[in-house]
Amino acid sequence: MNAPLNRRALLGLGISVSFLGTQAFAASEGDLAKKKLVVVICRGGMDGLSVSPPVGDPDYAALRGSIAMRPDQVLKLDDTFGLHPELKTVHALAQQGQARIAPAIASPDRARSHFEAQDVLETGAAGVYGAETGWLNRTLEALAPVRKVEGLSVGTTAPLILRGKVQAASWSPGKGVDETARLPTLLQDLYKTDPLLGPAFARGLETETMAQLAMTGMAAPTAPMAAPQPNRAGSEAARKLGSTLGGFMIQAGGPQIAAVSLDGFDTHAGQAGQIATRLSYMDAVLAGLHTGLGAEWKNTVVVVVTEFGRTARVNGTGGTDHGTGSTGLILGGALKRGGIVGDWPTLKQTALFENRDTAPTLDMRGLFKGVLADHMGVDRTILEKQVFPDSAGAKAMTGLV
Amino acid sequence: MSLPSKDLMAAVAVTRFGLGARPGEIEAAKADPQGWLTAQVRRDGADLPQSDGESAAQRFAWMRDFQEQRRMERERKDGETPQNGVAFMDAQRQLRERVNGDFLARAQLGASTPASFRERWALFWANHFTVSSTKQITSVLIGPFEREAIRPHVFGRFEDLLVASSTHPAMLTYLDQAQSVGPGSMAVSRRRQGRGGLNENLAREILELHTVGVDAGYSQADVTDFARALTGFSIGRDAEDRAGQFVFRVNTHEPGARKILGKTYAEGGVDQGLAVLKTLAADQRTARHVSRKLARHFVSDTPPPALAARLEKRWMDTGGDLSAVAKALIESPEAWEPTPAKFKTPYEFTLSTWRLIGAEPSAYERIAPVLTGMGQRPFYAPSPKGWPEEAGAWASPDGLIKRMQWAQGMAAAAADRTDPNALALQALGARLTPPVAKAVSRAETRREAFALLVMSPEFQRR
Repeated sequence: MNAPLNRRALLGLGISVSFLGTQAFAASEGDLAKKKLVVVICRGGMDGLSVSPPVGDPDYAALRGSIAMRPDQVLKLDDTFGLHPELKTVHALAQQGQARIAPAIASPDRARSHFEAQDVLETGAAGVYGAETGWLNRTLEALAPVRKVEGLSVGTTAPLILRGKVQAASWSPGKGVDETARLPTLLQDLYKTDPLLGPAFARGLETETMAQLAMTGMAAPTAPMAAPQPNRAGSEAARKLGSTLGGFMIQAGGPQIAAVSLDGFDTHAGQAGQIATRLSYMDAVLAGLHTGLGAEWKNTVVVVVTEFGRTARVNGTGGTDHGTGSTGLILGGALKRGGIVGDWPTLKQTALFENRDTAPTLDMRGLFKGVLADHMGVDRTILEKQVFPDSAGAKAMTGLV
Repeated sequence: MSLPSKDLMAAVAVTRFGLGARPGEIEAAKADPQGWLTAQVRRDGADLPQSDGESAAQRFAWMRDFQEQRRMERERKDGETPQNGVAFMDAQRQLRERVNGDFLARAQLGASTPASFRERWALFWANHFTVSSTKQITSVLIGPFEREAIRPHVFGRFEDLLVASSTHPAMLTYLDQAQSVGPGSMAVSRRRQGRGGLNENLAREILELHTVGVDAGYSQADVTDFARALTGFSIGRDAEDRAGQFVFRVNTHEPGARKILGKTYAEGGVDQGLAVLKTLAADQRTARHVSRKLARHFVSDTPPPALAARLEKRWMDTGGDLSAVAKALIESPEAWEPTPAKFKTPYEFTLSTWRLIGAEPSAYERIAPVLTGMGQRPFYAPSPKGWPEEAGAWASPDGLIKRMQWAQGMAAAAADRTDPNALALQALGARLTPPVAKAVSRAETRREAFALLVMSPEFQRR
């Protein structure tokens, strides 16, 4: 059990924290400085019923028709759910109590538009255009007075979730910067009054320096885990990407909060092959991240979400159309063992959202708030006011770590 | 609102409306900056990139062969003659060469054209009606799509552009329309198992992205009924008259009347879907949605509302005449605000650098890896929404590092023959600011000066 939970438990009993003394407080801040959060955004509307096929749900096979999986095809989780066969790392972690599924999660948006739903997911607002900055950036902003926390996104374009007042870092594989050249210094001078380019460029240079360390692999040996080698093309690059991100996060002063985008989940036609490729890639990124974080995996929570799920029924072209509830994944060494997160509404016709989609039972803002509060130690009031305004209806999902 | 000086207007015309200055271009535009732009608007459309000129139909037929070869390759067992393998590898190479050739031809046109406003206007519409290589079958059709469906219509009526896009094989494959089948159609009722059904992808994106916009107030029922109206929009098979071209298949069309955004459309075969497209094209919400997008693309991520209102009014007054809308943009004083507000996309950034030195990329490999590194992989828009428009997405820490590395490479290749101070004036004209002019003049080497100019806040914006 970690220190912030202790403090909250004591507060709940009406006992003041002051008697714990400064030492206990300092220790808890020290612990919090090690905590890491990675948010993986799967863009395109990831089909939750393929990520964690509810093969034990009596209505699953009929709804899914040609794309239904047999119980012996999936990696079993419990009597109802399995994982897609490509999610081997996730399954191995789940068996150790370090991965759980949230099988009916959704953002508050119901428009089934990729772009609107991604905006809502990333801004953390109650609706589209409700905020202009990303909720991870507002988290950095909120934590700044307490302790400096760095954020990093993987990829060349900056995702909205990390855009805002705090200049977050971004990184993608490249050839590195010649540190002896005068140009970077001259450019910093040229950008010093430019509110956009100045902070971004400075952060880019810092990140490049850090990348050299991250890629040489400073991670301590990983606890043994039965993570089979993925065998698809591109999986080595995906692993490398994940392990480099881990390499960033274990450095002193490295990012504690990171965002990764994976795309290609908009599977309207011929879904089975496409989603297998995408999930294989995701699994390799997660395997690499696990390796790269090494011993720091125990301080890490990874949340995998998508903007919306897809129709429960297969469509006319071996795919699925835009839907509502999907599956989220929660992973990490910091996670508590447990079953599914949130309720399973079942796939009964009367239970489907608009007789069409998996009905959402968990607002993803509730998951985010719970993880930020319990794991990252973000103050509850700040969470409600600053990071997720107008989210009172989305109760924080506590007790996951 | 008054217009700035002719000198400033010339720089704005060439660098904001256009794709960046080629040698002497700003000077040439000074006499009449607005006229310089208006002269580029022409009824018969944008220029066509000089590629192999293959049509979508030819490409589609070729793609069918390729898929057949791939199927054979997958079925080939060990011990059989590997001839197929060689043929297949060759076909894969040809596929790549076709797509890469299309992209290179477009980049060369963009780098060399004297009518770069016309080209930017075409690029806007190609991005508005995004098709992407994220689907392999679509990748070979992107070049033909731009040549056949987009470029001829960009100064015509929006309705024609919308219909051309929505019936082109590239769009029909990219958004899965070609396979969408009415659940109550003859094709389904003849089969016992009822294989095939509705795919609503194209219908939704036409509403959300191409026409009225996501805030127009349509419902899931509107999307589904529009998808039903579009069933039958497909592509001719090998043996058919219109192989690889748009066909309407009566037997996969969902029969019956449809109701979309409050209007009822009687059964009418292909005319039913076309009637919906025409209604959407004429809708004021479409004019508003696309006018805002034009203002955001050309002027600022947060454009003055008066600018979008002007474009919308001209759109509605002329029934969506895109020549008239282009002229309204040129005439709008808000579009001439001299402070550069738009951060160039990687494609714009690299093209404007080539234009600066009066050159063009000589090979696909000279432009593709760098664009991919900067986050804009050729013909690979991440979603039907197209490439991001806003500075926040492109001016990322990593994006700036990648730009700097490329600028250094270009400097090494091109800077030694240049006069840096003259180059800075040639690139930015009256938009050149004293700090940048000073940094360039104080540089230690021509290469350093070149990289500083290309990486300057002014050059990276427009």
